[in-house]
Amino acid sequence: MLDCTPKELIERTGGMINPAKTCQPIGAMYAALGIHNCMPHSHGSQGCCAYHRSHLTRHFREPVMATTSSFTEGASVFGGGGNLKTAIKNVFAIYNPDVMAVHTTCLSETIGDDVPTIIKSAEVPEGKLVIHANTPSYQGSHITGFSNMVKGMVTYLARATAEDKKEQVNIIPGFVNPGDMREIKRLADSMGIKFIMFPDTSGVLDSPMTGKFHMFPAGGARVDDIRDAGNSKLTLALGYYASSDAAHLLERNCQVPAVTLKTPIGIKATDELLMLLRGKFVREIPYELEEERGQLVDVMTDCHHHFYGKKVAIFGDPDIIIGLTEFVLSLGMRPVHVLTGTPGATLGGPKGILEKEIKAMLAASGLEGRVKAAGDLFELHQWIKNEPVDLLMGNTYGKYIARAEDIPFVRVGFPVMDRSTHPYMPIVGYRGALRLVEMISSALLDRQDRDAADEDLELVM
Amino acid sequence: MSTAVPNENLITERQLSILVKGRQRKNQLKCDAESIAGCVSQRACVYCGARVVLNPVTDAIHLVHGPIGCASYTWDIRGSLSSGSELYRNSFSTDLKENDVIFGGEKKLARAIDELVEKYPAELVFVYSTCVVGVIGDDLEAVCRAASQKHGIKIIPVQSSGFIGNKSAGYRAACDALLRLIEPAGEPRPVKRLNPVPSVNYLGDFNLAGEAWIIGDYLKQIGVEVNVVFTGDSNYRDLKKAPQATLNIMQCAGSMAYLARRMEELYGIPSMQVSFLGLDDTAASLRNIASFLNDPEMKRRVEELIRRETAAVKPQIEHYRSKLLGKKAAVYVGGGFKAISLIKQFREIGIDVVMVGTQTGREEEYQTLHDISDDGTVILDDANPSELERFMTEKGAHLLVGGVKERPLAYKLGVAFIDHNHDRKHPLSGYVGAVNFAREVYSTVCSPVWKYTREIGGGLFAAGKNALPER
Repeated sequence: MLDCTPKELIERTGGMINPAKTCQPIGAMYAALGIHNCMPHSHGSQGCCAYHRSHLTRHFREPVMATTSSFTEGASVFGGGGNLKTAIKNVFAIYNPDVMAVHTTCLSETIGDDVPTIIKSAEVPEGKLVIHANTPSYQGSHITGFSNMVKGMVTYLARATAEDKKEQVNIIPGFVNPGDMREIKRLADSMGIKFIMFPDTSGVLDSPMTGKFHMFPAGGARVDDIRDAGNSKLTLALGYYASSDAAHLLERNCQVPAVTLKTPIGIKATDELLMLLRGKFVREIPYELEEERGQLVDVMTDCHHHFYGKKVAIFGDPDIIIGLTEFVLSLGMRPVHVLTGTPGATLGGPKGILEKEIKAMLAASGLEGRVKAAGDLFELHQWIKNEPVDLLMGNTYGKYIARAEDIPFVRVGFPVMDRSTHPYMPIVGYRGALRLVEMISSALLDRQDRDAADEDLELVM
Repeated sequence: MSTAVPNENLITERQLSILVKGRQRKNQLKCDAESIAGCVSQRACVYCGARVVLNPVTDAIHLVHGPIGCASYTWDIRGSLSSGSELYRNSFSTDLKENDVIFGGEKKLARAIDELVEKYPAELVFVYSTCVVGVIGDDLEAVCRAASQKHGIKIIPVQSSGFIGNKSAGYRAACDALLRLIEPAGEPRPVKRLNPVPSVNYLGDFNLAGEAWIIGDYLKQIGVEVNVVFTGDSNYRDLKKAPQATLNIMQCAGSMAYLARRMEELYGIPSMQVSFLGLDDTAASLRNIASFLNDPEMKRRVEELIRRETAAVKPQIEHYRSKLLGKKAAVYVGGGFKAISLIKQFREIGIDVVMVGTQTGREEEYQTLHDISDDGTVILDDANPSELERFMTEKGAHLLVGGVKERPLAYKLGVAFIDHNHDRKHPLSGYVGAVNFAREVYSTVCSPVWKYTREIGGGLFAAGKNALPER
């Protein structure tokens, strides 16, 4: 039995058991992969880079390229400046990217390497760029790291050069799959709105098989486009935790107004995204999207009786669980446990934002539930033991709980390492919501079929 | 006209780590060296080495002292099976925060141990040091000693800060922890065994997909008892009995040679290298064990087992061999000994190895690799993806053997792949493993999916020439 979790809740102060988060640098690496022709670089020990690449590879099933400063004991005593300078020289000499995106690790942060100064004194070939983000692993989570690297893109690249702002929108998609990024782009495209998405991992981590290996696949946000983001008339940050800091930085640096919306998971959040675009750009929403919305509502009404009153436990990254919670509420389900490993507020921000926001959603539906940021899956498992649920939604690590408690399980979020195709299939937009309905409903009904006595097995459900 | 097209060759340091058999003298390969900063190295760190060796100890609390990442990335990734406790499949971390880094993490570590020991009835805790802990100087020894006394159980620090060396240094840190664990009270000395049945410690099998069980069964059939496996499916009590063994047999030398040597020095247990990969190596290893124990009856049983098992699997191996004859393989694995075994095992199924490399192979292993390779085989240490791509393509490899990071690289090139690492799904050891290996090679090399990659849509498409219009 894999069930090592006791039911009785105990106060704990000594760390995490079965974490629902990982460390900043992997988020920074993922964000950096969303720049075209960019080599992410891990300034720390070799293991960090190897672990991040392996972890991303397990989720995306794609080659994940990144270099490392390969710290030794010497570097840790005398500083990693020499290693980083050598690395910068070698990366451009060997791999020839347009951009090298350096992120730090707990090691280089703790010994106090001054990365911007090191970069300034390094030999960077003409026309090439080195950007950086500080991503100490002992703060925040992989979502914080993603956010910090996107801020790095804004700091180093985006510039306000045009006199008037252009009729274009910057979209920061958040820590979502390339399939989600494609879907968000399709929505903007179908409204005929010019957009700049960064980072954009579509075409990088969902690249087609051609019989050739490309160190830098065809996708990713172009550096020129990110530069031009300073001239846009609006930045849309999708997801408060992964995207809004960079949007606000862009607002400060280049006077591009920033609006933060929820990650467009579910009907309500997608409506909000489209309504905002319509308002800001004075565009009609095309019939194509109206039809998709109508189809989604049609399916939701067709099978709402499958969902009504079902208890759900949801865990994952903050922006994702906010969207999922809102959507399952709209299906008539009861999200009684919602948990993330990421701290609930950005650094220095007001405490407990996430808990408040989700509790408010629950309250608006007349529900109460356990909601926690900076939690772990041990705790979630204990909650479920104390108040059982009909469905669990979260990343691959949920499978232990699903098995121990024998609950249907929908895999969503990062990482998903035991199934494939998820990087290609969106959960955002109306199409993504339709897919979520299919996943949730299949999980629930497969279970009902499995458990039904012969006489109760139904053909039509 | 020369344009400055940068390529791999600019790094002269890397050239010393690559050779082609027949073109250079064999002692030229540079290995066991630090990686170059700025390379896409496939290597990992000290912590990784220590963790992979110790993780299969099933009933231990594996507590990672550091920020969350190191524990997250190593949560239940080894695929090593347990016949008892599943405690090792949980992820425990002190989740150090900024304050802990500034003021020290010792108190939090002590609290974490107290809380975990209260929750889980474990007799053994491994506390892994990570990079930050090495820099801020937490006294792991002192915290573990105090906690050990408080709780009356073994709490062993593992000195595995990532930057103090490479993965091999981690193997050694793990072996040091194991030596502390098995240390009997009093002076270390040879232990007199009362049991007349010879017993062995089986070192360097991590029971991936249940491999150690298969080998244990063979040994039982020839009249040898497995005292304990280091560390596949092992537990606290069994490991404590290690000094009682007659002989140490060792599969993964890269991680275990040091432990074997120390056990010989401390407890007078001789050790022997074995390999259970492929029919020939499996037979040779069983014969060597019987010869060493010098037991005629055992020798007879070994021959009988070899005859029976070989007869059982030979037709299947021959079947796959006939399908695979003439195919070419590339090998890139962690340690040198596995690479050597794989070359021999590929020969058994009619496949030539045209490229072979390791992350942490040692000099003498590279000598052997060179000796058994065909002329023209590329041999390389600490390779990066560009090198793997280049030599697989140049040599026309049909198959790559590697770990998690190499898989999608091979697929992108239209090359088949086998995981010979943590993610393996079938046992690859012994006779049954030899058949599994042949079947896995066949099922990937001869899969229908490759048909669609080689001729893109039968020429329907422009082979990517129309890709991605610039916006």
